[in-house]
Amino acid sequence: MVQRNRRASGGRIDRNRPLHFTFNGKLYEGFEGDTLASALLANGIRLTARSFKYHRPRSIMGHGVEEPATLVELDGEDASGNRPATTVPLRDGLSARSVNCWPSPEFDLGGINQLLSRFIPAGFYYKTFKWPNWHLFEPSIRRAAGLAAAPESPPASGHFEARNAHADVLIAGAGPAGLQAALEAGRAGKRVFLADEGAEAGGSLLNRNLSIGGRSALDWVEDAVAELRGMENVTHLQNATVWAYREHNLMIVNEREPELDGVLERSWRVRVGEVVIATGATERAMVFGDNDRPGVMLASSVQAYVNRWGVTPGQRMVLFTNNNSVYAVAADLAAAGMQVEAILDCRKTVPPEAVKLVPDIPVHAATVAGDVRGRKGVRAVKAVPVTGGAGRWIDCDVLGCSGGWNPTVHLWSQSRSTLRFDEDLAAFVPDEAVQNCRAVGAAAGDLTLDRIVGGGEDLAYAIEPLWRVNVPGQRGKAFLDVQNDVSVSDVHLALREGYDNVEHVKRYTTGGMGIDQGKTGNINIIGTVAMQKGVPLQEVGTTTFRSPYTPVSFGAIGGLREGWRLFPYRHTPVTQWNKDHGAVMYEAGARWRRPGYFPKPGEGLQEAVNRECRAVREGVGVYDGSPLGTFELKGRDVPKFLDFIYSNIMSTLKPGDGRYGLMLSEDGLILDDGVAFRLDEHRWMISTSTGHADAVNQHMEKLLQTEFPDWQVLITTVTSQWNNATICGPKAREVLQAVDSDIDLSPEAFPFMSFREGTVAGFPARVVRVSFTGELSYEVNVAPRHMAALWDKVMEVGAPFGILPVGSESSHVLRVEKGFLSLGHEVDGTVDAYDLGMGWVMSKKKPDYLGKRSVQLRRSGGGTRRELVGILADDPNQQIPEGAPLTPGGRKEATDGLVTACVWSVVNNRWVGLALLEDGHARQGETAHVRLKDDVIPVTVTKPVFHDPEGKLLRS
Amino acid sequence: MMNITCPFCGKRNESEFIHGGPVGAVRPDPNAVSDEEWVEYLTVTPNPLGPVQEKWWHARGCGEWFSIWRDTRTHDIVEAPDGTT
Ligand SMILES: [Zn+2]
Repeated sequence: MVQRNRRASGGRIDRNRPLHFTFNGKLYEGFEGDTLASALLANGIRLTARSFKYHRPRSIMGHGVEEPATLVELDGEDASGNRPATTVPLRDGLSARSVNCWPSPEFDLGGINQLLSRFIPAGFYYKTFKWPNWHLFEPSIRRAAGLAAAPESPPASGHFEARNAHADVLIAGAGPAGLQAALEAGRAGKRVFLADEGAEAGGSLLNRNLSIGGRSALDWVEDAVAELRGMENVTHLQNATVWAYREHNLMIVNEREPELDGVLERSWRVRVGEVVIATGATERAMVFGDNDRPGVMLASSVQAYVNRWGVTPGQRMVLFTNNNSVYAVAADLAAAGMQVEAILDCRKTVPPEAVKLVPDIPVHAATVAGDVRGRKGVRAVKAVPVTGGAGRWIDCDVLGCSGGWNPTVHLWSQSRSTLRFDEDLAAFVPDEAVQNCRAVGAAAGDLTLDRIVGGGEDLAYAIEPLWRVNVPGQRGKAFLDVQNDVSVSDVHLALREGYDNVEHVKRYTTGGMGIDQGKTGNINIIGTVAMQKGVPLQEVGTTTFRSPYTPVSFGAIGGLREGWRLFPYRHTPVTQWNKDHGAVMYEAGARWRRPGYFPKPGEGLQEAVNRECRAVREGVGVYDGSPLGTFELKGRDVPKFLDFIYSNIMSTLKPGDGRYGLMLSEDGLILDDGVAFRLDEHRWMISTSTGHADAVNQHMEKLLQTEFPDWQVLITTVTSQWNNATICGPKAREVLQAVDSDIDLSPEAFPFMSFREGTVAGFPARVVRVSFTGELSYEVNVAPRHMAALWDKVMEVGAPFGILPVGSESSHVLRVEKGFLSLGHEVDGTVDAYDLGMGWVMSKKKPDYLGKRSVQLRRSGGGTRRELVGILADDPNQQIPEGAPLTPGGRKEATDGLVTACVWSVVNNRWVGLALLEDGHARQGETAHVRLKDDVIPVTVTKPVFHDPEGKLLRS
Repeated sequence: MMNITCPFCGKRNESEFIHGGPVGAVRPDPNAVSDEEWVEYLTVTPNPLGPVQEKWWHARGCGEWFSIWRDTRTHDIVEAPDGTT
């Protein structure tokens, strides 16, 4: 294998460490220190990509994150899509493919799009896909013009991680300005966080051939890095991109290949005192006909390949510029033995100190590149005088262009700091800082090394802007955004069609919306708009710079927060018992894992649920009620507070007694339902639904701290301090007696809705007589450390009574049979207590409580409301889908209700349902109609209770 | 992500806090206001382009509810404007 464009010596690569890689299925060789791009160029691979929209042949144009043309998809362990080839470090075994072409860049079937280009103008997407719908076009567009596919599975090994850090100063960029700033801050003893996107420090100095104080600039870099390494207060990361500047100086850094086994990428969130933006400058492309032909490159990139990677991208060069920077490029190329045929400089006069750098190279002033020959590779460029004239062709295989330099102001601008257009630099530069940040070096518009590092030796920067070449005879498209195939004519079209704000131009043409975010071309779009409108660039302004500065993998953003780690499940001490006994586990609100049902071998859901329900209705069952939200409230003002947050009166409760209540929000909606018990004069315990425990806690704390700071109420969350086994069913008392308790369990001594403290099975316990099933029920609360033992004891002693564990499926059936409401089923944000037939819970005596006025106001308008009813289909075996609409007469009309629940009732031996029905309370006994897609189910409207309507059982 | 100063814990990441909305009007006596006034109290909350007083809860910290002035244009946490508290 021959790397035919590799120089014999020079560059920051290790020729003793060859690496083998494949590109589009072919095997090649590169060296340690290469990027995929430099290795491809070393192997003379010119055609590396096809363009997004027109499938034009493309090559590598840049050398870093600005690369607009060559995106690759990596296979195998590195699987990822849409990576600029210039940012992929070469490694042995790397396998990469071009995106956007099939079967290969040389022979690409999608190239047919080029012939159709006049039918794919700007705004094509908007114009084409609004009718009949996008989905019709999507598959073919994705195949023909799409980007790479996402990897199908997570990386086979390794993981992503996140870290937080703090620093006095964060410096983005370790070029000359960043290193200088780091040295100064480090020497002053500040905590410094220095992060740079490149593989090694030095920034542009790595690509150029400069001196500082008479020595090689890279020696200066080496000394600086060594000094920083010796400072304990300095964290210096390479391969680490500062990609987002957030509020209050929070910086997000993506570190690739951190030095820790198993970590693929690390995401840093760094809160800093001051941000120093030393992100350098980005060279911009030149805009002329066919300026995207393979072999047209950024001049500084040609220089970088020669100096840094020992690669000569071509044999015969022509350079095209509007500024001084290419003269040093030409000198470097000449020194490397390359043939530089000419420098085309659009300026009328070229500064003599620039010309002096290239004594043997023809310099054509007032001349532009007007045309390019060679479809799959540049063969000649037409040098055209700006004053007119025919021009002449110059043979070459690489055309290096420099449209000037843009300070890399992305982070600056993300911080909301302002920009101004600098006429001397013909670029947008940092203006007023909004957060505590400053830009230094090229990022601040200082494009001459000596102004950054004392003793730096390079040619002073000077430019005359040229936003696009405008000479007669240009035939090809002149691209502004090479990645998204946006040309000058597209921008002109957008302006003609009225999209003349730069943000509109961007969205209409998609210019600057590629993954390179238009780093080389956006300024030319702004320039083109300005020329067309005849206004200064400052007036056109820039589009908003947004994070990420460069693409970041989703894995790095997520870090370890994936799967169950994102929201860990909550467990009770009974979880293991449940699993051991074959429970099908559900998530049941607030991330609690609870048993859904306990099937016997070979048993289905319905059979298991029927068995569990029958046990509760006819014998005894037990469930783990630990996840219910539980709070203890202490203080003199608790009665007043509870009277305010519940719709009924709690303050009259005697110690040991409790009451069911509704909590409303101030706008009259039902926030939660639960029970409140008075433990003693100044201590109370309230319970909430499982899923709303946190919301109720926030609600109560907010009221107490912001509205009533002088009320003496202290809230303690005790959800996880008390676990409970709730024994329910006609035999519950017998079972609890057998478990052994020192509490008098007789109905007279311990009636429904009361609370007793004592021991159960020898453990200190709080026993509460509440019922969510409609049966006699004891909620036995013990400390979590006793819960498993209590549970075992209940199951053991309950066995002769036929006790069964009950899952959430059965709980649902049992509460529906009783018509007990469930938030999220019967309570949906429109209903109030009256609709639910619970007007009794809305106190008439209290002049004020949360939500009272709003409920009154809402009901004062009159009209019918959706009210809770029971529904029974004529056929007892007819199940009605939960959520199904009810419509007048079953016709296809606006609904007058919906089915909120439907369960098989063991006690009724039939399906029973609940529904919210318009004017439902008045329609009892009538027939209503459930409307299904292809069917109508007539149902009889009933009271919403199908078991023990008098409530004798739960009070027994 | 903002950096919010809790009166007890000092500067902490926004992710530790829960936003409790702008500080609105004082709750009127619901029996002494008209329907219109009550609806206005419920639905009209301050939403200025500029500094707004907001309630925040240090939910994943000490549990304190407190208020800050935040500039809605910049996310800067600012001093209470003159004449306010
Ligand atoms: Zn706090």
